[in-house]
Amino acid sequence: MKFKDYYQALGVARSASADEIKKSYRKLAHKYHPDVSKDPGGEEKFKEVAEAYATLKDPEKRQAYDDLGRRPAGEPFTPPPDWQQRFHMDESGFEDVDLSDLFAAFGRAGHGPRPQSDPPRRGQDFEIAAPVTLEQIFHGGEIEVRAELPESDPNGLVHRVVRTFRITLPKGAGDGYRLRLAGKGGPGHKGGAVGDLYVALALQPHSLYRPSGRDLYLDLPLAPWEAALGAEVDIPTLAGSVTLKVKPGTQSGHKLRLARRGLAATDGSIGDLYAQVRIDVPGTLSPAERDLFVQLAAVSGFNPRQHFLSGAPA
Amino acid sequence: MSTQFAEPAGQDDGQVCHIEYLAEVSGLSTDEIEDLVSIGLIAPADDAVRPPAFGLCCVLTVKTARRLRDDFQLDRHGVALALTLVQQIRELRAELKALQARLG
Repeated sequence: MKFKDYYQALGVARSASADEIKKSYRKLAHKYHPDVSKDPGGEEKFKEVAEAYATLKDPEKRQAYDDLGRRPAGEPFTPPPDWQQRFHMDESGFEDVDLSDLFAAFGRAGHGPRPQSDPPRRGQDFEIAAPVTLEQIFHGGEIEVRAELPESDPNGLVHRVVRTFRITLPKGAGDGYRLRLAGKGGPGHKGGAVGDLYVALALQPHSLYRPSGRDLYLDLPLAPWEAALGAEVDIPTLAGSVTLKVKPGTQSGHKLRLARRGLAATDGSIGDLYAQVRIDVPGTLSPAERDLFVQLAAVSGFNPRQHFLSGAPA
Repeated sequence: MSTQFAEPAGQDDGQVCHIEYLAEVSGLSTDEIEDLVSIGLIAPADDAVRPPAFGLCCVLTVKTARRLRDDFQLDRHGVALALTLVQQIRELRAELKALQARLG
């Protein structure tokens, strides 16, 4: 088992009062709570803060924690003999136990008389994020997700076990879509139902496409002569390359729609792919190219800033 | 370590549950869940069905409500207000992301 410094997590001294601990927890909860924080690492930080507060706010648990002494965070350690007795374990039994699970079980495993009614309780639900690519969402198929999940031993103590699940992505699943794996969560207590595991799909950024709902947006760079004269260009789509006709006189910023080349929705409809025109000019010109541009500049009457003169918008 | 093949259910696959189930999985009381229904934060899948049945996607909303209640030590009014604001922020973030995709 690895030691965790709960005082450090809450940013308080070991001598902090209960009120100081509460104040610090509230401040950090506002900062890192996953429902309100924009910090991408906020969820992990909040878990540490909440775990620390759950132990330090309870005087009995805080005392037991303090009895462990001061150690560097992350240092492996073995709980003292009276803990081993309390949880009916030997030294090796604690290897895959998380300190937070031990403190959560603290009240339940005490030496005192058990409560009269200890009704069955449903196991905890868990939620994990599974990174997926746009290609995986588009083509469907299976993904593998790993989750560290609790399992109870015969003494009721929770051990963390890494499990791998192979799941099929349903059609229409997108960023933030949640899949429920019934009965794959935490163990029930006293015959209670097993909890569920929720898998939230987290779409990874793509080098070409920007999703907007079911539609996809793609930058389409054109050479100035392709935009002026028109052209046929190959566009990569998730289903393979297609040829797109660019009309003569196409302007920068124009959106060219490729119907039904986007992502599928759960209702069976399919989004579109928009190729957004961007006119690129060569960074360096060969002597021949330069000559041609000079000739064009000499003969062209085109003034893209004409509206500056009339004061009218372009 | 073995790999398990799991058959997932999607968030909108039409499965429904009753308020007692929402209370069991979230840890909220049925009164607290009825508060969320009365202010429109969750709605029955079909108004005509009695007792009301909720889509399983409501599980996520009630679990968020429970999290907000416990983590910020909120009362019933506070939970409803915080959940409303959290949902508005999520919608705005999704709109912002969609706009950013369109603007390039």
